[in-house]
Amino acid sequence: MAELRLARRSSFLPLTGLMCVLLLVFVSVASASRDVTRGDSHNQTNSTAHKKAFPVLSFNYEHVRKPFEISLWILLALLMKLGFHIIPGVQNIVPESCLLIGVGLLVGGIIKAIGEEAPVLDTKLFFLYLLPPIILDAGYFLPIRPFTENMGTILVFAVVGTLWNTFFIGGMIYGVCRIEGGQLASVDPLSCLLFGTIVSAVDPVAVLAVFEEIHINELLHILVFGESLLNDAVTVVLYHLFEEFTHAGTVTVVDAILGVVCFFVVSLGGILVGAIYGILGAFTSRFTSHTRVIEPLFVFLYSYMAYLSAEVFHLSGIMSLIACGVVMRPYVEANVSHKSYTTIKYFLKMWSSVSETLIFIFLGVSTVAGPHAWNWTFVIVTVVLCLVSRVLGVIGLTYIINKFRIVKLTKKDQFIVAYGGLRGAIAFSLGFLLTNSEMKNMFLTAIITVIFFTVIVQGMTIRPLVDLLAVKKKKESKRSINEEIHTQFLDHLLTGIEDICGHYGHHHWKDKLNRFNKAYVKKWLIAGERSTEPQLISFYNKMEMKQAMMLVESGSTAQLPTIVSSVSMQNIKPRGPARQRAIPSISKSREQEIRKILRANLQKTRQRLRSYSRHDLMIDPFEDNVSEVRFRRQRVEMERRMSHYLTVPANRQETPPVRKVCFESEHKVYTYDDSKSPRGWTAEPDPSPPDAVSLLNESSQRANQSSEHRAKHNDELRAKVPDEKEEQDQLKLSRCLSDPGPNKEEDLS
Amino acid sequence: MGASQTRTEHKYQDLADKTGFSLEQIENLHKRFQQLSNNEETINREHLDSIPSLANNPIRKQIIEAFFDKRNQHQDEVGSCEEIGFEQFLMVMSHFRPPSLKTTEEEKEAMRKEKLRFLFNMHDTDNDGTITLVEYRKVVEELLSKSGDIGQEAAKAIADAAMLEVASTNVPHMDPDDFYEGITFEHFEQILKGLEMETRMYIRFLDVETPTLRCGKSTS
Repeated sequence: MAELRLARRSSFLPLTGLMCVLLLVFVSVASASRDVTRGDSHNQTNSTAHKKAFPVLSFNYEHVRKPFEISLWILLALLMKLGFHIIPGVQNIVPESCLLIGVGLLVGGIIKAIGEEAPVLDTKLFFLYLLPPIILDAGYFLPIRPFTENMGTILVFAVVGTLWNTFFIGGMIYGVCRIEGGQLASVDPLSCLLFGTIVSAVDPVAVLAVFEEIHINELLHILVFGESLLNDAVTVVLYHLFEEFTHAGTVTVVDAILGVVCFFVVSLGGILVGAIYGILGAFTSRFTSHTRVIEPLFVFLYSYMAYLSAEVFHLSGIMSLIACGVVMRPYVEANVSHKSYTTIKYFLKMWSSVSETLIFIFLGVSTVAGPHAWNWTFVIVTVVLCLVSRVLGVIGLTYIINKFRIVKLTKKDQFIVAYGGLRGAIAFSLGFLLTNSEMKNMFLTAIITVIFFTVIVQGMTIRPLVDLLAVKKKKESKRSINEEIHTQFLDHLLTGIEDICGHYGHHHWKDKLNRFNKAYVKKWLIAGERSTEPQLISFYNKMEMKQAMMLVESGSTAQLPTIVSSVSMQNIKPRGPARQRAIPSISKSREQEIRKILRANLQKTRQRLRSYSRHDLMIDPFEDNVSEVRFRRQRVEMERRMSHYLTVPANRQETPPVRKVCFESEHKVYTYDDSKSPRGWTAEPDPSPPDAVSLLNESSQRANQSSEHRAKHNDELRAKVPDEKEEQDQLKLSRCLSDPGPNKEEDLS
Repeated sequence: MGASQTRTEHKYQDLADKTGFSLEQIENLHKRFQQLSNNEETINREHLDSIPSLANNPIRKQIIEAFFDKRNQHQDEVGSCEEIGFEQFLMVMSHFRPPSLKTTEEEKEAMRKEKLRFLFNMHDTDNDGTITLVEYRKVVEELLSKSGDIGQEAAKAIADAAMLEVASTNVPHMDPDDFYEGITFEHFEQILKGLEMETRMYIRFLDVETPTLRCGKSTS
């Protein structure tokens, strides 16, 4: 806490000013609400006496009280988040979650000082509104490959690890209570076990919040994070089990067996529910091609329904949500438009961010507000036991797991997994749900202390420890097409070797699943021709799309980002006399989409732009020759840059765009033909004639061919106007790609 | 009986040292070898072709070819053979061993190089030390060979894009007149650096005795 106060004191004016203003507003509103309620009742008695004047301006706060307060809270939370990012330096030392808890404590303290009733982290609010967005975000963007590769390890940590933690902590606490006596003597074993359950589960929210900032390598991230997600089933079962038992009083063997059965029902049932909703969602998205605007809503609603449906039956809501997101994602992404994809991504990130912020602030507020029963022994023992049991559990389990893993977990890995076992708001909410009030306060205090300890102490120190131990960090570079090709190649190679070796291994089953997916599932769930698109091609298309977008976005600010190298297709293609013309290899609908995106960002200064086919270059004889040349040069420039982007890898350095000059002595493939009439082209009503290849097409797909012609362009045009600056200006003025133009807008000169 | 047993064990010990497999693993692989070769001494391409589950694999020709490629035998020979014995079979399989807890960093590096070399040899069919554009195109075409026409058309574009990427990352500034001959082994290593081959290119070799393996050749 001291560090927080220090940060406050040394913080810059804007933030303190902001906070003061905000608190003032909140306080004034809170007090105003009290006054208004009093004022209203006062008015009532007077109104019967005499007729009021017509109220020009009246104050009615009660009307909007609830939404107003909710919005104010959310606004406060987000402004705090904003503030933390503005203050330089704080972020590197203290993780955001700690700062938010601190803010929550402060606000809670202020509210208590006023005497108002602070909003507590209501369990229903938490489980139904705050938790699902975070889990959906995590599940939807779960990296599937590392998750499935490490599934065994994750399951062992989640199930066996949590069970071990529960029984160890519960048992030891009971022992300590017995030894201590006094206030603690009345604690019975079942309550201790219940307490153990609540406090032993690793929390996904806290893990996400802290691990997000340290950029640790994928394996460790997925291990800890996967564990935090999958242990929900265990926690749910154990919690309900022990709660039932505390009421019933006695435990029989049958009950224990039923408990085990319940575990399987809860986890598998949750996954099943999620998968069903996921398939429904994927199927629905197949038909949304005409109503693109509501596509994201389907994703959100189906997922939320999956969560709620699972909660109805006391199944594991978290696992259901994860299953739904995982099942839905590949099919939905193949079906929805690019804009919907972006919308889904950003909305999920936005909601989860807000939720997380609110959770931590509320945690702080509830700490101040809630009734506490502080018992030194109990609290200290709990904290110590949590740490010890976690370390022991991880070491023991890793010893067993490493016998089955090919890529073993080293000591460093084990340390990070143990240290990353953070507790969070789920523990708090579950504790809040406890009904046994005499123990409840004591338990709650201990839980809060554990949460604070793990989030603040462990959260703050994990980053320097990661650096100190030189743990491998996440590799930042994006996937390249070569990696994708070789990943696929490797998959097939390993499957083949397994077949030759003669045993059904990991790869064999994965291959079978892929083939089943391709043959049956994709046909049902993906619309149109995308259902038969092989993965490599969709990856390639996605990459092209991304780079087209990037080009467009950068194009609007006259400062095109870097082109790394001057290598173009010309350097690669073997010199040969015959260069075949390739057939368009992107389907029509993708073409349309790319074209639409680029078109939306063009400034049309010339109505007479039209696409040309590579073989017929017809120009309008009425057009100015010079302007035509200028225009063509700009087009060429754009083309060149575009084709660079579409085939250039991700790692970029800052180099200025390189102009390539190529002096081809070869015979040019096409020439201007001034004598041809332009009308032959404009007369054609079809916007995308099948064999006329638009420039866009070429650039976006066959960088090879367009570059050759580009090279020729450069050659002849350079000869005419060697002025670079002029080109830049003109490029700024009107960046146009030749494009058939929107459908009906062709005009004749 | 005893004499031949010790001889076999001695022979296996030799192989174990050369390839790094354990004795049990070599036993199992030998059983499989016998199964594939109909109890003969050597196997040829037809034996491998007749494995039913391999039929669905788009790159099975390349995989089978890799077994008969002399470059994978660590003996500095080139060319390909018509049939291979058990030792050669094991040598090829040894490329797919995973690293263990005890492998040091240098050993891991060496392992990675070896695995990448295997992949490189699979692509570089004419053994000129580089993967040319034509060869790379063939690779992508084979990968997409089970995907019909749409695969074939896109294959060229994808291969070209990939080649361009390799060239751009490895040779940033080329004059327009330069010609990028092909992907050399160093460039190949460079572009696949991120994939960490030693932890990805492995299969699990069985240690324990397994009953007659089910997926085998079609029984005649």
